[in-house]
Amino acid sequence: MKKPFWEVISTLDKRWIFLSVFIVITLPILFPINLPLKASEPVKKFYENIESLPEGSLVMISDDYDPGSKAELYPMTESVMYHIFKKKLRVVIVSLYASSPPMTERALNVMRTLFPNIKEGVDYVNLGYKDGREATIVEMGRALQKAFPTDFRGNPVGNIPIMKGVENYNSFKALISISVGYPGTKEYVQYAQGRFNINLLTGAAAVSVPEYSAYYNAGQIKGMLTGITGAGEYEDLIGRRALAAKATDALSFGHVFIIFLILIGNVAWFTQRHKGASHE
Amino acid sequence: MKRTVPIAILFISGLFMIVQYLVPHYRVNDAAGVIQQWAIIITAAATVLGVANLIRVSLDQALTKKQDWMYKWVILVALVVTAVSGIFWGVEPGTFCNDMIYFNFYTPMASTMYASLAFFIASAAFRAFRVRSWQAWLLALTAVIVMLGRVPFGRLLWGDFPSLVDWIMNVPNTVAQRAILIGAAMGAVSTGLKMIFGIERSWLGGSE
Amino acid sequence: MSETIGIWIAAALTIMILSFLYKDNPFYKFAEHLFVGIAAGYILALSWHNTIRPNLTEPLFAGKDWWLIVPAVFGVLLFSRFIKSISWLSQWSLAAIVGIYAGLAVTAFAEADFVQQLHASMLPLFSADEIAKFQQHPGIITFLHVTTNFITVIGLLAILVYFFFSKEHTGGWGTIAKFGTGLLMMGFGAGYGYTVMTRIALLIDRIFFLLSDFLHIL
Repeated sequence: MKKPFWEVISTLDKRWIFLSVFIVITLPILFPINLPLKASEPVKKFYENIESLPEGSLVMISDDYDPGSKAELYPMTESVMYHIFKKKLRVVIVSLYASSPPMTERALNVMRTLFPNIKEGVDYVNLGYKDGREATIVEMGRALQKAFPTDFRGNPVGNIPIMKGVENYNSFKALISISVGYPGTKEYVQYAQGRFNINLLTGAAAVSVPEYSAYYNAGQIKGMLTGITGAGEYEDLIGRRALAAKATDALSFGHVFIIFLILIGNVAWFTQRHKGASHE
Repeated sequence: MKRTVPIAILFISGLFMIVQYLVPHYRVNDAAGVIQQWAIIITAAATVLGVANLIRVSLDQALTKKQDWMYKWVILVALVVTAVSGIFWGVEPGTFCNDMIYFNFYTPMASTMYASLAFFIASAAFRAFRVRSWQAWLLALTAVIVMLGRVPFGRLLWGDFPSLVDWIMNVPNTVAQRAILIGAAMGAVSTGLKMIFGIERSWLGGSE
Repeated sequence: MSETIGIWIAAALTIMILSFLYKDNPFYKFAEHLFVGIAAGYILALSWHNTIRPNLTEPLFAGKDWWLIVPAVFGVLLFSRFIKSISWLSQWSLAAIVGIYAGLAVTAFAEADFVQQLHASMLPLFSADEIAKFQQHPGIITFLHVTTNFITVIGLLAILVYFFFSKEHTGGWGTIAKFGTGLLMMGFGAGYGYTVMTRIALLIDRIFFLLSDFLHIL
């Protein structure tokens, strides 16, 4: 006997849903529409904050994510570095995640091809990863060179030109935390921002944005890139549409499909529930 | 002795870390710096301990041929190859550990593990997201508005959609998160103080 | 050539892990355990090169700071938990870690998550600027902006009332708690929306890799 439509829907094998998700996401990637992006307020504030820094200013990036989150955060790393080098700023990069430094190195590789004049040790340095989490964050506010005695390649920090005179957070005009979870932006807000009065910006994975909104609206975070859409909006502002902007079409369709699934699932449940009640 | 010494260590270190925040004297700052550097090193040792524990558990399961024991050898071989190549030949770009293991093994696997969650969130949206009450309706409505408003589709549907989402993030969401942060902060401060003053001893394990 | 082999390995591992979506299978199990082993080995190598060597062994053996013996001993004591008769010694190291981080956390949480958040909530209930903007351009968004401060202040109090479980949520107290619940639900809804965004973004990246680097379709 043929099953009613809504009964079929309500008992659908989840693998059909997986297949549908795959198709819905893949099609806009194969056939892009290039939907326009418009920067939201936190992204604009992020952009304007870096844009306002004078040439030669020293900034810090804290790359705190693993390859599992690189889809959202690696484009931010590249874009932020692009903006920094375009503005002729200097950057010191640290990491509280063991698996971040290679992605930082990859982004620096890309920057070296786009800005052939930048020199390691003079315009930028990757200090690598450090255990210790909150203790490292607080120690950087006291004596950064004690927390990081060598860079990622093992060179003593005292011999690196860009690190001359760098003692603590006061040496940096901005701290940009690109993070997915713990340790990351939240820990910088709690352990460093208020205590050392840091100009803190964040590139956050979308899943962290709701929580960081409380810090942003309290003025503890001065600018925020909100997930992959924020990264795409930022790429638009800096004039380099790259990885994140390309993902926006597929993301739009993905969101609409999830909304469709919620709707269909609830309609199916509602009809089955009433059918069950009417049979009693 | 077995309980008194650790409780005393915790009390002294914890109290000092609170005092160093409140006392800006340079000698206190210097001492705090030393303690913080020690914490960095001890945390690194804890990381090594975690890996050592994984080796111990995996080796035990592999040698005693427990369920899926063959896969435990995969863990052990992968761990040893990665650690040895990384420690002895380095982890910078140009090394085997970085170029082959990190970018061709670790990165795709980590990315795909997390990417597969997209399928499960879709399945959960279809099978488990049920609006049975006014609270669930509110949650669902907000989620739909945020999902539509944060992508370009939202602006195509209604020009003010992004502004509505901004308001939701800046007001109801911020208020909710703020309340949770305040509540969690009160809990964290009270738990921290209870541990430092020896009232909370569950971290010691075993019976009192 | 090695880059091609690398891409093939990455693609094979990606497909092995995605195969779990159809059914649990030996390929997925192999990839899962391989991932665990590599992740553990990698963090060990990084900890050695980036923390243990520069912060401990090099300065200690160069005679620059003999006090580093103390954290070295605490670090070694952690491993005593593997030997049952002396496992109680590991609690000394645990006490040091817990004490230091608890001490840091007390002031950090109090300052950033309590004082600063309360400070940001001390607002006048209505903003004259927003009311003027609404009068000039009446609309949904401008009306919502008028309610911003009110919801921020009263909403926060309402949610804190909801969290106060020592008093039964009935009558007027219950109505306030319900308002707080509504705001919490909106916060969770926003969280759900952004979580969906993260998950889909991660999938987009993997599909990009398969179509672009592996299959050369893009």
